[in-house]
Amino acid sequence: MADTFLDSTELVLNMGPQHPSTHGVLRVILKLDGERVLSTECVIGYLHRGVEKIAENRTWQMFAPYVDRMDYVAAVSNGLGYCLAVEKLLGVEAPPRAQAVRVILTELNRMASHLLWLGTHALDIGAITPLFYCMRERELILNIYEKYCGARLTTHAFRIGGLQYETYEGFEKECLDFCDLFEKKIDEYEELLTGNRIWQQRLTGVGILTAADCKEYGVTGPMLRAAGVKWDIRKAQPYSGYEKYDFEIPTRENGDTYDRYMVRMQEMRQSVRIVRQAVADIPAGPVMAKVGKVIKPPAGEAYVSIEAPKGELGYYVVSDGSTQPYRVRIRPPSFVNLQALDKMCRGALVADVVAIIGTTDIVLGEVDR
Amino acid sequence: MPDDTKPEGAPAPESPREPAATPGAEQPAPAAAKTAPEAASAAPPPGKPAAGPAPQAQPAAKPAAAAAGAGAAKPAAPKAPAAMASTPWESELTQALKEEFGDQILEFSSYVGQNFLVAKPEAAVPILESLKEIHDFDYLVDVTAVHWPDKPEPFEIVYIVYSFARNERIRLKIRIPEGYKPRTAVPVHLTANWLEREVYDMFGVEFEGHPDMRRILLPEEWETFPLRKENSILKMDQHWVQENLGIESGQ
Repeated sequence: MADTFLDSTELVLNMGPQHPSTHGVLRVILKLDGERVLSTECVIGYLHRGVEKIAENRTWQMFAPYVDRMDYVAAVSNGLGYCLAVEKLLGVEAPPRAQAVRVILTELNRMASHLLWLGTHALDIGAITPLFYCMRERELILNIYEKYCGARLTTHAFRIGGLQYETYEGFEKECLDFCDLFEKKIDEYEELLTGNRIWQQRLTGVGILTAADCKEYGVTGPMLRAAGVKWDIRKAQPYSGYEKYDFEIPTRENGDTYDRYMVRMQEMRQSVRIVRQAVADIPAGPVMAKVGKVIKPPAGEAYVSIEAPKGELGYYVVSDGSTQPYRVRIRPPSFVNLQALDKMCRGALVADVVAIIGTTDIVLGEVDR
Repeated sequence: MPDDTKPEGAPAPESPREPAATPGAEQPAPAAAKTAPEAASAAPPPGKPAAGPAPQAQPAAKPAAAAAGAGAAKPAAPKAPAAMASTPWESELTQALKEEFGDQILEFSSYVGQNFLVAKPEAAVPILESLKEIHDFDYLVDVTAVHWPDKPEPFEIVYIVYSFARNERIRLKIRIPEGYKPRTAVPVHLTANWLEREVYDMFGVEFEGHPDMRRILLPEEWETFPLRKENSILKMDQHWVQENLGIESGQ
């Protein structure tokens, strides 16, 4: 057997759940041939808390804070989706002022979410500096949240029917100041990374997902747009007054890790644009629609989805006419996008797996719910 | 969550919807917790869809029931909780589907401006295929289920599909009895793989022909299917928790 002892065989490597670059408690089992990935299998559920079961045991309002704990880096988006879904069942609409404030906070949240993604993604690739830059700017967004509602991460900023709180004194100015500052900061990040040859070499051509693949796997959000599909629910089926704002849907062609990076960077610039327009024109008036203290949507069902930072976040809510949801199904973008990981990783190097997981931008709180 | 911390035997005010006669339940629902939905569910549900005169009758019955007072049962509208006041849905798409599938499709309806169709269980995958290949509904958004334990077909499987070309989202529903294994949609949409696994994990509905029909979020040895209505939030699989985590209860 002397001539076979150097033969390579398949090697199974376990990555996670405790691994810094799996962004939480994701476990990926890699089947390797040398450095090449033959196939992967995701093991998820470590963070499963039964959110959908909890929903059936709470009243409609009581469940609202729970949704913030799914995608905890984009809690405001989660809350918006849930409120919109229940409002759809109730047949109410938030007043114009509440809608504008919702848009501002949600877009700030998109920037915060993308910032955390950028920082950790760059860290995974080996660039440490961007993390500190990103955290620095994200802090400013969290400060706005803290002033607005007292919480920084799991904000529970919105209520079914509008907002709990009026904006605070100086809210508009702080948002605009942040926008002015942040645009320069995005240039700074791009200077560090976009043209950086190491960055480009690590990302270009890695983890390609074509438009057809994206549709087949149900992949949405920046990953879909990086593959060239100009689709954003804010444009396709506007909600919360997004049709009033002028912004573009950034797209790229190749659907690789670098393109996904570029799309997210562009999205942050578009978010700045939206916040500026929204702040300039916050209508006066009440922030809460007429919604009773006890919410009893008529028996029925509705599916409402929004463009969360990670993709299509949907809520399928079923009411039986009582004060508690009969069923709340959350369609999590992270969960569905993660399913395409195997497709992206096949044939890649082990080191690329880290880049691909980073660029998928998953939050395990949302994957596992 | 004060309710979660109560010992198992305590009356659980949060589970009024549990059927009182759960087999083997050592926790009879207290009379006070017996609220309207439960009382209503004892009555046989009205025919299948809320077609015909039911939608008209319902809005009138509702305010009356609300006025009857909180806490008391709602004898005025015993059937209200089960029925959705949906309206018929007609379009070119429904015409085309009707021609293709005939009586395989039971209902075309619309509620709060959202369109859905109800089909016979065996027709689900062919319809999904036709929607994808002919009508451009190329993105399967979600597959999920709803458990209605009092209905003769207790599981409702819901497929949500979207068309990029038409910018339209519709739902396809099938209603299946206990133990029925619907065909998998994986050959049509790869997304269905994990989504159907989650339905199995939470409801125990197995999909025929699925390439990898295992649990996905819960451990493989888990004994219950949590989102079934008979499984109270206080009575999850404590056996697994005690054995594997060495703690008294998962609560």
